[in-house]
Amino acid sequence: MNGTRIFYVLAALFALCVPLFGIYPIFMMKLLCFAMFACAFNLLLGFSGMLSFGHAAFFGSAAYATGWLMTAHGCGPIAGVAAGVGVSAALGLVVGALAIRRQGIYLAMVTLALAQVVYFVCLEAPFTGGENGLQDVPRGALAGLLPLKSDLVMYYAVLAAFVAVYLLIRRIVHSPFGQVLKAIRDNENRAVSLGYDIDRYKLLAFVLSAAIAGLAGSLKALVLGFVTLSDVTQANSGEVILMTLVGGSGTFFGPVIGAALVVTLQEYLSDLVGGWVTVIIGAVFVVCVLAFRRGIVGELAARTFRR
Amino acid sequence: MADTPIIETRGLTKEFNGFTAVNAVDFRMREGHIHALIGPNGAGKTTFFNLLTKFLRPTRGVILFRGENVTEAGSAELARRGIVRSFQMSAVFPHMTVLENVRIGLQRRLGTSFHFWRSESSLGSLDRRVMELLEAVDLADFARVIAVELPYGRKRALELATTLAMDPKLMLLDEPTQGMGHEDVNRITALIRKVSANRSILMVEHNMSVVSTIADRISVLQRGQIIADGPYEEVSRNPQVVEAYMGSADAELGAAHA
Repeated sequence: MNGTRIFYVLAALFALCVPLFGIYPIFMMKLLCFAMFACAFNLLLGFSGMLSFGHAAFFGSAAYATGWLMTAHGCGPIAGVAAGVGVSAALGLVVGALAIRRQGIYLAMVTLALAQVVYFVCLEAPFTGGENGLQDVPRGALAGLLPLKSDLVMYYAVLAAFVAVYLLIRRIVHSPFGQVLKAIRDNENRAVSLGYDIDRYKLLAFVLSAAIAGLAGSLKALVLGFVTLSDVTQANSGEVILMTLVGGSGTFFGPVIGAALVVTLQEYLSDLVGGWVTVIIGAVFVVCVLAFRRGIVGELAARTFRR
Repeated sequence: MADTPIIETRGLTKEFNGFTAVNAVDFRMREGHIHALIGPNGAGKTTFFNLLTKFLRPTRGVILFRGENVTEAGSAELARRGIVRSFQMSAVFPHMTVLENVRIGLQRRLGTSFHFWRSESSLGSLDRRVMELLEAVDLADFARVIAVELPYGRKRALELATTLAMDPKLMLLDEPTQGMGHEDVNRITALIRKVSANRSILMVEHNMSVVSTIADRISVLQRGQIIADGPYEEVSRNPQVVEAYMGSADAELGAAHA
């Protein structure tokens, strides 16, 4: 367990010093946003046992809400992000309420279908910019004081949000609510026979996951300054599944590693090999599934405990 | 009110696509009894259990719990009202510790089960009660063990402790001794007798020596219908029952002891 602590200290030091290493800050911020997205997805898959094929809907709808409020209505970043999170949480409530009536693959199909609906709304609605998306989303200033225009300030803001999300998820999992979730995942019928209305617990898990995914999307809109249809596509939903599984679903840090791996490969390989990057990531995924099904972190943890 | 049955069904029926698994069952069970439900495989015992706890919806019929109509109540609601069941296969939460397993049965009453922002350590106030329950089923030494690692008999004991944590008025046990060796059977039987004080227990059980030692009354189910009902001595001599069990009316049911 001491090893874990050392790891966290090193990771924190690294994250704090990133600007000194000359790593492109926009890249790091994008990575953190996707890490949050994957952590949100993992809360649902890894800790609640529900597979969603439509998580991009939450990520993207929040990004659109934030982008639209900040470009067209001059909202500040805090109000914009809060509104984005609100939109994705509300959407999570609707999608979740419909999806949790089914289990396993059927649940996944319901989320997939509803996410496609969201995609078409984003494509056709008058305020989303259609195929062009929303451009030039301003970052504004934190509380009117701290201008986020500076990548350095923005980086630490995103890092703070990431740390908060990470701790929140740890808390959710280790809370009275988390205990019930774990029980439901372990043995649903037994949880019912102990008097738990399991649908209400699943729904809360769904809404929490959607809200956090929304936070990730909203921040991504601020970081990159644009929102496009690719944020709400099926491909984005698939990518977050891949990140979570490669890193290790049901582990706390796995999705972060998975997101880092995928985002890094996309960033650095796309210049070298172009469209082949998809093939390479696909191959990584296949190797992952065949060689270590628990994901990178899951496998490491399993090996450490065996010793 | 002592005469009001703890649970009563009137004309309870369940049909699956034309197959009638439970057929117009009128069943009454006295408060405070240990009541055994027996019958050959496929007689509809588990279906009957599932109907009582609403894991299945009855096609027809009425269920009364202490005289109150609960036919429309949901599974979780029935559990909260005091009807708590176990399952045929051991029903523990395999990836939780023994202590957590029992605590799940207790923690709902704290009213913090939706509090995702609260620390798990807030559940520590329940630990004393959890340990008492674990003592009662002889599992106190295993409190920190992950449930999946327990031997089978211990799992059933753990399940019982979790059920007891709900302080149920009526416990429904689906084959509590199934698949157990002699020692475990004796231990669980003693346990059931011990916990039957102040509550009623309805159990599906195949082991006749268990049934004959602890059941106050027996109902025999065959092809979805109750064919006999009464104390063990009476039921075990009923030729219809013997035939249902042994295939012929010559043997006495007691032979199933072996």
